[in-house]
Amino acid sequence: MSCEPGLSRRDFMCAVASCAVAACTDVTHTSFFRDRLRELSTADIAAIVADLEREYRERFGKEVTVGTEEAMDGVEFAYALDLSRCVGCRRCEYACIEENNQSRDPEVHWIRVLEMDKDKGIDFAHATPYYDAEEVPRPGHFYVPVACQQCRNPPCVKTCPVGATWQEPDGITVIDYDWCIGCRCCMSACPYGARHYNWSEPEIPKDEVNTDTHILGNRPRPRGVVEKCTFCIHRTREGLYPACVEVCPTGSRKFGNLLDPSGEIRYVLENKRVFVLKAELNTRPRFYYFYGV
Amino acid sequence: MSRRRLFLQFALGSLRQVLRGNLLYWGWIVGLLVLVGVGANAYLEQFRVGLITTSMRDQVSWAFYIGNFTFLVGVAAAAVLLVIPAYVYHWKPIKEVVVLGELLAIAALVMCGLFVTVDIGHPERFWHLIPGIGRLNLPSSLLSWDVIALNGYLGLNLIIVTYMLFTLFRGKQPRKGIFTPLVLLSIPAAIGIHTVTAFLYNGVPARPFWNSAILAPRFLASAFCSGPAVLLVLMQLLRRFTRFEIQDAAIWKVAELMAYAMFVNLFLLGAEVFKEYYSNTEHLLHMQYMFTGIGEHTSIVPYMWFSVIASVVAFVLFIIPWTRRNPWTLNLGCGLIYVGVYIEKGMGLVIPGLTPDTLGEIYEYFPSRSEILISVGIFSVGFLLFTLMVKVAVPILLGELRARDASGTAPTSS
Amino acid sequence: MPTMPISGSARTWGTVVVFLLAHLASACAESHAEPHSPHPDDDVLRYVPDATAANDLHLPPPPFTEGAFPCSDCHDPELPVRTRRRELKWAHKEIELTHDEEHRWCLDCHDAENRDVLHLANGTPVAFEESHLLCGQCHGDKHRDWRAGVHGRRTGSWNGEKSYLLCVHCHDAHSPAFEAIRPEPPPPRPRRTP
Repeated sequence: MSCEPGLSRRDFMCAVASCAVAACTDVTHTSFFRDRLRELSTADIAAIVADLEREYRERFGKEVTVGTEEAMDGVEFAYALDLSRCVGCRRCEYACIEENNQSRDPEVHWIRVLEMDKDKGIDFAHATPYYDAEEVPRPGHFYVPVACQQCRNPPCVKTCPVGATWQEPDGITVIDYDWCIGCRCCMSACPYGARHYNWSEPEIPKDEVNTDTHILGNRPRPRGVVEKCTFCIHRTREGLYPACVEVCPTGSRKFGNLLDPSGEIRYVLENKRVFVLKAELNTRPRFYYFYGV
Repeated sequence: MSRRRLFLQFALGSLRQVLRGNLLYWGWIVGLLVLVGVGANAYLEQFRVGLITTSMRDQVSWAFYIGNFTFLVGVAAAAVLLVIPAYVYHWKPIKEVVVLGELLAIAALVMCGLFVTVDIGHPERFWHLIPGIGRLNLPSSLLSWDVIALNGYLGLNLIIVTYMLFTLFRGKQPRKGIFTPLVLLSIPAAIGIHTVTAFLYNGVPARPFWNSAILAPRFLASAFCSGPAVLLVLMQLLRRFTRFEIQDAAIWKVAELMAYAMFVNLFLLGAEVFKEYYSNTEHLLHMQYMFTGIGEHTSIVPYMWFSVIASVVAFVLFIIPWTRRNPWTLNLGCGLIYVGVYIEKGMGLVIPGLTPDTLGEIYEYFPSRSEILISVGIFSVGFLLFTLMVKVAVPILLGELRARDASGTAPTSS
Repeated sequence: MPTMPISGSARTWGTVVVFLLAHLASACAESHAEPHSPHPDDDVLRYVPDATAANDLHLPPPPFTEGAFPCSDCHDPELPVRTRRRELKWAHKEIELTHDEEHRWCLDCHDAENRDVLHLANGTPVAFEESHLLCGQCHGDKHRDWRAGVHGRRTGSWNGEKSYLLCVHCHDAHSPAFEAIRPEPPPPRPRRTP
């Protein structure tokens, strides 16, 4: 989010288009007639944050903080997931929903835990996220949780017609929810089914809303835009682990700074043999899978 | 008389022209308006609650709307491409062919724009797509290129048609120095819009069904089938109801050219089918979903077979000279190829491309009632627009609607 | 009961482990027929855990059941120790040893002379607080991964203080294989709008 002061598209659009949008429900100065977040000045962003916080206070009846932490210098986030330990319990899937204010109705699940057959290997055609078992792991199966792979070469960013999604310096691909037009090009382009669309007004119970949010991450989203995993940007930019890492009962999930030679990720890259999903597509994920055993 | 006053006269004359018609005309117009109203009503509900009123979900995130959009880009492209044979074979009514083709292209492009508008979640943010005000993601986003290509093409067609009709309205002949370059420019532009639209799918390696080098040629071939089918029917209608003179030979020639396009279309489809079934990789799944279904997931299979059979029958009808020249079989063929391509592009491109999804899930999409009503509404807008434009264009082309020489009074029509 | 900042089944295992661990120590002294020779230097046996090492890893205390530790409350050091492998009939009957049970018995890990500590293969006593050292003797690769933060659950800060767990917080020392757990419900399948 760099600043570009000077001539304001916002002002222009305010003047031109105020009559054209009477039908819209969320027309405010800060959400509608503004430029992309990455072009706005700090002062503009502060105004947007204030508006958002007021809106959320009215909607949820409590203080919701909307953070704007920027990427730390010298940090490139990466993830590693140990497929020999994941048991497919879906704790991560639900912790993610609660942490990131995903809609409960209709349900949005950023993480999909796929059950695969041991004798088929990584084979999406025979995978299912809908396994309903008394106990996991089920004999003959293994589990592959999939969410945003935070590609270095993200097809979603390439295809977005309005530049509403981009890679931050720390490698997190984010979405400007107030700039996204909801065309879903990125969803067609994503090879990992990581992008999700708010087909109707997302619903979050007041008592379950996570009040610690980030403007590019888990703040409650409007209808008709795309959303995805941001490596818990509101946590990780403050030094915390993502919620899925913290909750995983088998410790399958590893997260850290790829640029830190003593960090977990580099240890995994150095000592384990890793692979990425659909390597042939050259998306170059920052999300590695490995077999710890 | 000043050109401005002449243009006012042109506009008023056009308005008068569309407000005049027999019972059949008004019945058609009112019928279309009713359907537009039904579609608008369905859209208001979709705008109110979101795209949950459609059957699209995360697994199949583009579907009927975008399929219709793609089909109509083809119609828009092919209508203008008819200019090529008109030139090559020195048809007498070349101006007429150009103008009608471009009018069809304009109507199709307006429908394209409407289909995209109803498909996006935030149509009120359309201005993000306007170059200069918004932020087009160039050069990387193909949808950005498509916005430019389609709007540029629409603008070009509007200029050509307005120039031609206004010139004829003034009783003059279009100047070759203006007319010819514009028309010649519209030909690569027509190929361009359909190519860019094909690249919109083609450039998605996550979807192997689309990621095929012959996708753009297939788009063009199928467009060459569906676009002229509309014009052939239209030419026959005009011949019957107006003084329009269109020779049988010209119609048969278009039909013959369509037969070649149909052959290329079927050949390219066959090439795809061979590649997928013979290779038998996991990419075959999408084609299997289309032609045989996967397990109990067979909801689009009958449509796809209908499309293939319709295309083959139309090809046979068009390749045999006798059936090509018989008006009954000719129009049957036009109908079959139009429906065949419509299903192929409307359902057979987008839905199997996204089914199974990237994680292997099969969600059986089928358009919701709301999607169908909105699409009917958009087609009605297109038909309405096309009808009104033809209503104005035909008397001008026939010389029946002319400016009254320097008098400044209302135009007459003979 | 130490704080287990995870929900459901992980906590359940913890409880099981606590229960089993706490009772294992006394099991080995169930019968007191064997002769017993106390260590000459009592001070060596009074092993003090390395507080700095534990703090470095932010290890939570081992999962004892309340009141079960110290083991010496039941295991009177004055009583003789039986080292012979046998069926436990009096105490710790619930312990099912499936951890290389062909070759292993209680006193391979639990110190016979000081019931309140464990010991390494070379006899070095190890406190329950540092039981990972004992596990690491055989599972060196896991121990190395664990130390690097790659084996086992890690919470806290990716660029600062991390909370580690002992091996026994997740693995029952006597039966370390993970038990199957109940998964959260599957996501809803998408439904078409009619």
